Amino acid sequence: MASRRHFLKGALAGGAALAGATLAPEACARDTHTRPAEGLGLLYDATLCIGCKACVAACKEANGNPPEFSTEDQLWDTPLDTSGYTFNIIKMYRNGTMQTKDAEVNGFSFMKTSCMHCADPSCVSACPVSAMVKDPITGIVSYDPAICVGCRYCVVACPFGIPKYQYDSPTGKIGKCELCRHRYADGHYSACAEVCPTGATLYGKTADLLAEAKRRIALAPGSRTSYPRGKIGGPDQSYEAPVGNYLQHVYGEHEYGGTQVLKLSAVNFQKVGMPDLPAKSSAATSETIQHSLYGGLVLPVVALGALSFIAKRNVKPDDDAAASDHKEEQS
Amino acid sequence: MGNMSDIFELGRDALQGIESRLGMTRRDYLQFCATLAVTMGLPKGADAAVAKAIESAQRPSVIWLHFQECTGCSESLLRAEHPTLEKLILDVISLDYHETLMAAAGHQAEAARKSAMAAHKGKYVLVVEGAIPVKDNGIYCKIGGTSAIDLLKECAADAAAVIAIGSCSSWGGMPSSGGNPTGASSVGEVLGKPVVTIPGCPPNPYNFLATVVHFLTFGKLPDVDKLGRPKFAYSRLIHEHCERRAHFDAGRFAMQFGDAGHRQGYCLYKLGCKGPETYANCSTIGFGDAGENNWPVGCGHPCIGCTEKGVGFTKPIHQVATVINIVPPQQYPRIVEENGKGASFAAAAALAALAGAAAGGAAMLARNLGASHKMAEAEQANAGSTTTDKSEV
Amino acid sequence: MSAHAHAVPAPVGGNLLNAVTLVCGVLIAIMAAILLTRFIFGLGSVTNINDGYSWGIWVVVDVMIGSALACGGFSVALLVYIFNKGQYHPLVRPALLASLFGYTLAGTGIFVDLGRWWNFWHIFWPSYSNPNSVMFEVAVCVTAYIVVMWIEFSPVFLEKLGMKDVRQKLNKLLFFFIALGVLLPMMHQSSLGTMLVVMGSQVNPLWQTPLQPVIYLLTAIVIGYGVVLFESCVAAASYRRSIEVQLLDPLAKIMLGVLALYLVVRLVDLTVRGAWGGAFEFSGIAVSFWIENLAFLAPFILIGSTQARRNPANLFLAGIAIMVGGVLLRLNGFLIGYGHHTGTGWSYFPSIYEIMVTTGFFAIEVLGYIIITRRFPVLPREDARATI
Repeated sequence: MASRRHFLKGALAGGAALAGATLAPEACARDTHTRPAEGLGLLYDATLCIGCKACVAACKEANGNPPEFSTEDQLWDTPLDTSGYTFNIIKMYRNGTMQTKDAEVNGFSFMKTSCMHCADPSCVSACPVSAMVKDPITGIVSYDPAICVGCRYCVVACPFGIPKYQYDSPTGKIGKCELCRHRYADGHYSACAEVCPTGATLYGKTADLLAEAKRRIALAPGSRTSYPRGKIGGPDQSYEAPVGNYLQHVYGEHEYGGTQVLKLSAVNFQKVGMPDLPAKSSAATSETIQHSLYGGLVLPVVALGALSFIAKRNVKPDDDAAASDHKEEQS
Repeated sequence: MGNMSDIFELGRDALQGIESRLGMTRRDYLQFCATLAVTMGLPKGADAAVAKAIESAQRPSVIWLHFQECTGCSESLLRAEHPTLEKLILDVISLDYHETLMAAAGHQAEAARKSAMAAHKGKYVLVVEGAIPVKDNGIYCKIGGTSAIDLLKECAADAAAVIAIGSCSSWGGMPSSGGNPTGASSVGEVLGKPVVTIPGCPPNPYNFLATVVHFLTFGKLPDVDKLGRPKFAYSRLIHEHCERRAHFDAGRFAMQFGDAGHRQGYCLYKLGCKGPETYANCSTIGFGDAGENNWPVGCGHPCIGCTEKGVGFTKPIHQVATVINIVPPQQYPRIVEENGKGASFAAAAALAALAGAAAGGAAMLARNLGASHKMAEAEQANAGSTTTDKSEV
Repeated sequence: MSAHAHAVPAPVGGNLLNAVTLVCGVLIAIMAAILLTRFIFGLGSVTNINDGYSWGIWVVVDVMIGSALACGGFSVALLVYIFNKGQYHPLVRPALLASLFGYTLAGTGIFVDLGRWWNFWHIFWPSYSNPNSVMFEVAVCVTAYIVVMWIEFSPVFLEKLGMKDVRQKLNKLLFFFIALGVLLPMMHQSSLGTMLVVMGSQVNPLWQTPLQPVIYLLTAIVIGYGVVLFESCVAAASYRRSIEVQLLDPLAKIMLGVLALYLVVRLVDLTVRGAWGGAFEFSGIAVSFWIENLAFLAPFILIGSTQARRNPANLFLAGIAIMVGGVLLRLNGFLIGYGHHTGTGWSYFPSIYEIMVTTGFFAIEVLGYIIITRRFPVLPREDARATI
């Protein structure tokens, strides 16, 4: 009898906790973050890119990274993907005879791979020690190895597979593009944009870059237009060239709330390695769950109170003695 | 086109030393033939054929016309060493008409041309330097009162072969730029048929010389592409055999003339080098007989694409070139590269062993438990009222 | 009702040196050597983890699955102290011991995998810690739970050491630690599932859902009971002791109840999200999915009837089936079903060294369990002789 009562009490307490949990989400829903107004970033235009890899070499030099070899005679820096020592890489899409540049069929195209500096970064949400943080003004997602514990949650969380760890070192750290923020003091900007000969990688405020991207995709393919190089708002290095056959989509405008690095392409984005992402970020979903369950530690404290109450009633002081065993035999 | 027996009298005894005829040592002469053979990309042993042809040949007649040109192509020929120009024109060919080099002038020059054309009708080689203006009936270029158009047509009618030397005669060149006010046209356009073209501004003299010697040796012109350019010289992009290509591939560019990169010989693409869209062989043979590296890029200035119609004198010198990537290099990483280590034999074996041991142990234990349970149930049944829920193992 | 009185816990006694403990010792020595290499030369020198699969079996098996298998203590405590099923009391100490080891090793196992392990304290330091991170919450709760379990288990040591005063003082507060010992696992076991959420579409839709906390919590409870079934049978067989089928039967029924609830939640979740497609493809992932769910369904066949539940062999196999299902659910979410989006050609299979280290961790658990049950009062006293 007594046990049934106790059981029901426990069930009620548990039920109350669950009900509270389900009601809480509305109050604790965490919206997907948006880009900061003054956020900095890059615009990568695959139709302008000629695959010269000046940006790869410049990034290596700007960050003091060693070369990575993937060929037998180790003569050139030939990374196959970004890594703990390669923060930027140009990959090539190939199809069929590879005859025509930027053709999806029987053609080839290039795609730059580097940190997207998301508006709502999964890595920042995942990092348990705040080694990955997003600057509130510039929006740059930066990494601090002095804080990092090397758990690599950021590596598995990032939908673009950008943060990468240095497995070959006992003191390895994470490596990724930080938009060359360490060069700003000397008046430089992102090395990849500085060196790009065709303006395929353009640096500037994401708001300006987004406007430029939209301007380009609105033009008629084959017509001529002026393309800036280096930095929007910097010294004029623009030149005239024919307009490419852009897809009517600026990648990074809305994906996961938006990214500060935008991309234009003539080839379908998924075929060139850019994942199809919804507007709601996974960080928002994850944090909504956490805030609902643990926000303010309200639910845990309530649950602890209920459980303590029940446990106290069920646990007698000399719990392990035979006496209590006899009592509980009745249940 | 004529053939060898029409042009040369092969009966002539050629054994009388080449030394006396050309004034070179036999050794130098053979080296000259080898150089020409190599320039044309001919197989081993061809130099002997070349030598024989030159030794035994009677000098073929050449008529050289000048129209809208700067005479740079002739000047380029003057810098040739193998052979030097005087040896060429005095001993290898018979240059019967050349406005810059011939001694005659005025009516005498024109008379010489007409008599040479008559004497060697159907057998002479016509070389054209300079573009032909077609606008307003061609009044913008007249020699001896005859327009260039008429002159060209007249001379080409009885020629065994027509060679257009230089960009101007090959596709219009400099005179055709800037809106082409005179209607400067190429030889092929005026004659209405394809001719051999040796574009360049100026072209490397050996491209021309090798073409001529090929003709002398084999009786026909070398293989040409659809624009009439000999393939041995114009089948590949500058970008495909440039000594700075490694810098392009590694992404090292000179940004400004005189900067650190420029001084270290980095790629000049960003300064506007048209190598990626220009077909020529400047980078392999160089100019001035000083070998490779003696060409614009080697001296630190971007290629201006002087051989290419639509590039040279058309695109601004410092505008970035379109890269004609016919076969992209293999070392670009693909969008998806296979990576990661698969199961090693040891790892797979260890896992299999662990799984097997676990499964085996579990099976045994389950069997034992089941067996003792059966025994206990049987005991219970036999014992009747004794209640025991335990199972011994 | 059982006529069998609850025996007082007592050390099993007997020789510590035998075939099993020797094998464990050797495995542990091998593990130590490999770990020495790992700490001197880095993770890449002994593991196959790579840029595409940054979490390998050291994280997924040693930490996540290890802690799930250690949920026996939590599940039994839930039964005994919250739902007041006192008859399961004898199971508390052994389950707690297994939990203690499992969690302590999961906690130390983390160190082996952390790339910059000397900064580990940053997770707990207020100015560094990021409360938005699921991993932060998992780390804090697991650490707290390990402390709580050592406190919960301390009566065993205090008994052996004969420190009665301390024991009595502790007993007064025990209820609070027990409550914590029920709350904390609920928090972190569910959050181990929530860790998958931020990975978004990188986790196959068969295992990616916002209901992760519910799914992982329910399976943790169920696995806990499964482990109790498994360990009871193994311990009894090894020590030649009797199996308390009387106790295990109702526990098995409760397990089936929670299991049924879990399967309903899983089914509804998959259907509402329209995620069934992947289960019917011709792929290794589909195969793994079905094995996982068949493992979860097997107990209904094995011990669905009262008759079947009387046979300890069925209880044992059902326990194993649950464990397999629970292990696979986690393995599928974090490893097998991970990484399938455009742009990755990565593959991962653990290296022999990773396998030996994982084996070493489990060997420590087994060895520790044997040492403690033989020398400390954990298992109920009986007069039978032990064999391991």
